[in-house]
Amino acid sequence: MMTTAIPPKGTGPLARREARLAWGLLFPTLASVMLVVILPLLAIFWISFKPVDLADLRAAAPMVREDLRDADEAAPYIRYRIRNSSQTDPISDIVLSDMIPDGVELLEVPEGCVLQARALTCRFDLLDPGGRLTLELPVAVPGDIEAAEIAIEADQPAISGAAENVLTSGEFTLENFAELFDAREFWTVIGATLFYTVFGTFGALIVGLFAALLLNKEFRGQGVLRGLYLFPYVAPVIAVAFSWIILFDPFSGSVNALLIQMGVTDDAINFFGERPLALIMVTVFEIWRYFPLSFLFILARMQSIDTDMYEAADVDGASPFQKFRYLSLPMLMGILSVLFLLRFIWTFNKFDDIFLLTGGNAGTRTLTVNVYEQAFALSNIGAGAAVAVVILICLLCFSWFFFRFMSKEEGL
Amino acid sequence: MKVFWNSFITGPLLGVFWALIVATAVAVLLSFVTGAAFRPGLSGCLILGALAGLAALEIRAGWILVAGLSALAVALSYTGISPIHVSGDADLGAHLMAGIGFALALGWPMSVILHGCPRGPLTRHEWEEAVIRFLTGFGYIFFTAAVAIPFYVMVMTSLKTQGELIANPLDFTIDLSRGWELFRSYDELFRNFNFGSYLWTSFYISILTVLITLAFSIPGAYAVARLRFKGQKALSRSILLIYMVPMIVLALPIYIAFSMTGLRNSIAGIVMIYPVTTIPVALYMLQGYFRGLPAEVEEAGLMDGLSRLQVIWKITLPLSLPALASVSLYVFMIAWNEFLLAFMLLDDPSKFTLTRGIASLNSSEIPRQHLMAGAVIATVPVMALFLGLEKFMTRGLTAGSVKG
Repeated sequence: MMTTAIPPKGTGPLARREARLAWGLLFPTLASVMLVVILPLLAIFWISFKPVDLADLRAAAPMVREDLRDADEAAPYIRYRIRNSSQTDPISDIVLSDMIPDGVELLEVPEGCVLQARALTCRFDLLDPGGRLTLELPVAVPGDIEAAEIAIEADQPAISGAAENVLTSGEFTLENFAELFDAREFWTVIGATLFYTVFGTFGALIVGLFAALLLNKEFRGQGVLRGLYLFPYVAPVIAVAFSWIILFDPFSGSVNALLIQMGVTDDAINFFGERPLALIMVTVFEIWRYFPLSFLFILARMQSIDTDMYEAADVDGASPFQKFRYLSLPMLMGILSVLFLLRFIWTFNKFDDIFLLTGGNAGTRTLTVNVYEQAFALSNIGAGAAVAVVILICLLCFSWFFFRFMSKEEGL
Repeated sequence: MKVFWNSFITGPLLGVFWALIVATAVAVLLSFVTGAAFRPGLSGCLILGALAGLAALEIRAGWILVAGLSALAVALSYTGISPIHVSGDADLGAHLMAGIGFALALGWPMSVILHGCPRGPLTRHEWEEAVIRFLTGFGYIFFTAAVAIPFYVMVMTSLKTQGELIANPLDFTIDLSRGWELFRSYDELFRNFNFGSYLWTSFYISILTVLITLAFSIPGAYAVARLRFKGQKALSRSILLIYMVPMIVLALPIYIAFSMTGLRNSIAGIVMIYPVTTIPVALYMLQGYFRGLPAEVEEAGLMDGLSRLQVIWKITLPLSLPALASVSLYVFMIAWNEFLLAFMLLDDPSKFTLTRGIASLNSSEIPRQHLMAGAVIATVPVMALFLGLEKFMTRGLTAGSVKG
């Protein structure tokens, strides 16, 4: 009798073991990414519906001070003064705990307090915003009263309480979004973002392509030049941004001095302070700083193109421009479109460059700078989060686009 | 277009453009080097450029061309139609430098650009090749100037004094007679502004980031590259997706969480956050490399009784040392250059990283040469590393993404 071999169905034990191992190896990465990327992203959505200021981050907490009163008189007592640090939020379920030092006897334990051996625990239900509470416990001190005073005041009582935090409360608002879209500057922000992103991306790509064409041949010093052209990308952003600020300074910058000396302009130009110019300058900076990246990728792709093709074209009598247009460019289209998509999103996301160059002034406030501006300069965390949500929605659209393209191009 | 396919038109045209480019370049260069006033002149460039374009067709020996142009340029520099104007009180040396410098930069490249172009009509090939040589020359000048000038200004400014900077912002000569005094800004940064400690903090934070990143991303990359499991494809893609999230959007909740848990203003907090920003890219780069390794070697190891983890440790890792080096270098660079998180999460000057320390120098009370000295201190280590290991760096950056 013949048995036909049937391929096994489902996953066998070996495959299951391999999958288990894979997830085990991936676990640290996934967990950390979850914690630092996914969780904050969810938090941003949550916060964007919250009326929360920078000041609200410090939750209301009870404060306590302890001292021994009337130590010289007949009836000394320990006094606890409890205070709510917040002027806006009440605190509930306050628990005070303290150790009564040796040589001090409590004469009477007030209501709400329990004394176990030498550990005193008191509970209170509620402390109003800015409210105070004073607790007086008469004591007898048989021994040296000064030593007792020092002992009492040396050890700090512990106190805890539950305060409602606006971040965790059930209070929601649409105010953040309403304000965001109502503000007239919102559309200038969108405009600046688009200008910066589109021109920055195309600029970096075209300049990078040009640089790659320059260095796509063997000559002495090619390595040195390639290293030099990567400098803007490798150097710390803070160092190059400040160099640019100093170079283009309106009062003592070299560029202005040069332009005046050459007779191009009579007055110093405030490159990072005038309205349309500042946005152009930050875009130029972006191109300057990131052309090396596109240059590197395009050059790598160019050097992997087969030279046979060019020899064939030479035989057919193609001119240099024709060879570039009809041979090189189609071969480079893949890497160019991948770079375009990546750079587009990264330029859209860029924050530090503009923040360091202009601080978002003079019409250079892009969406990302606006997050910082709202959250920290104006101390309105909720509004900052709302801007961040707008950014994320834009990015979702981009990445939908991105995935549709990525499946076709290069297989990056 | 066909009108231009004639060397008597193309030659002078390219000559004029080239003259304008090099006149500007030479004037800027001389201004920076000598501190004196040089500026390009339009009429001089038109005349000498056109002349050079024509002469290069006749005189094929570059040095004769340069000599002739030098004599003309120096002579013209005393008139109103000079290619490079020299300020009136300048001595003969300045005129000679401007004239000969201009002639050298015009004559020799022009003879290269028009090399192989006959007099009269040109074929399409000859014309395009001349234009390409012209554009190439322009490209070298343009890119080198654009990249070098900011760095040059950064270094030179850090070596000057406040008075010198205000007196003439174009003067980048260095008064060598000041000796060690040149490095006063650096000395002050280390002595009064605590830069030694910032440097150390940045250094060990970056090293820790590299180690943690590798510890997390090596197993992850191996799993994605080699092991079969459901969701492998989706995972290897979504790794890059994480890189699409802007840092400032993450920084806001992280700031809130750190404020509430007391991790803000602590090195521990920074060391927890930095690796997460670098793990995705490291994982991506490594999995590209692991995929390229021959699987047969690993299978042989498995046959010989090694477990998967032993295979990774004994076979895969030693084989991928170059990739590990470039990933480490790249991660170190990211951590060293990181500014945003350090700026938002660190307020206590005793815990500043270098970038955060430089940001604190940006105030009107602190002189600019200090700021630039700080920038140099931050740039030099990363540049030294990069230049020393450039091969690794470029290979690492393009790893996996470009199919050869």
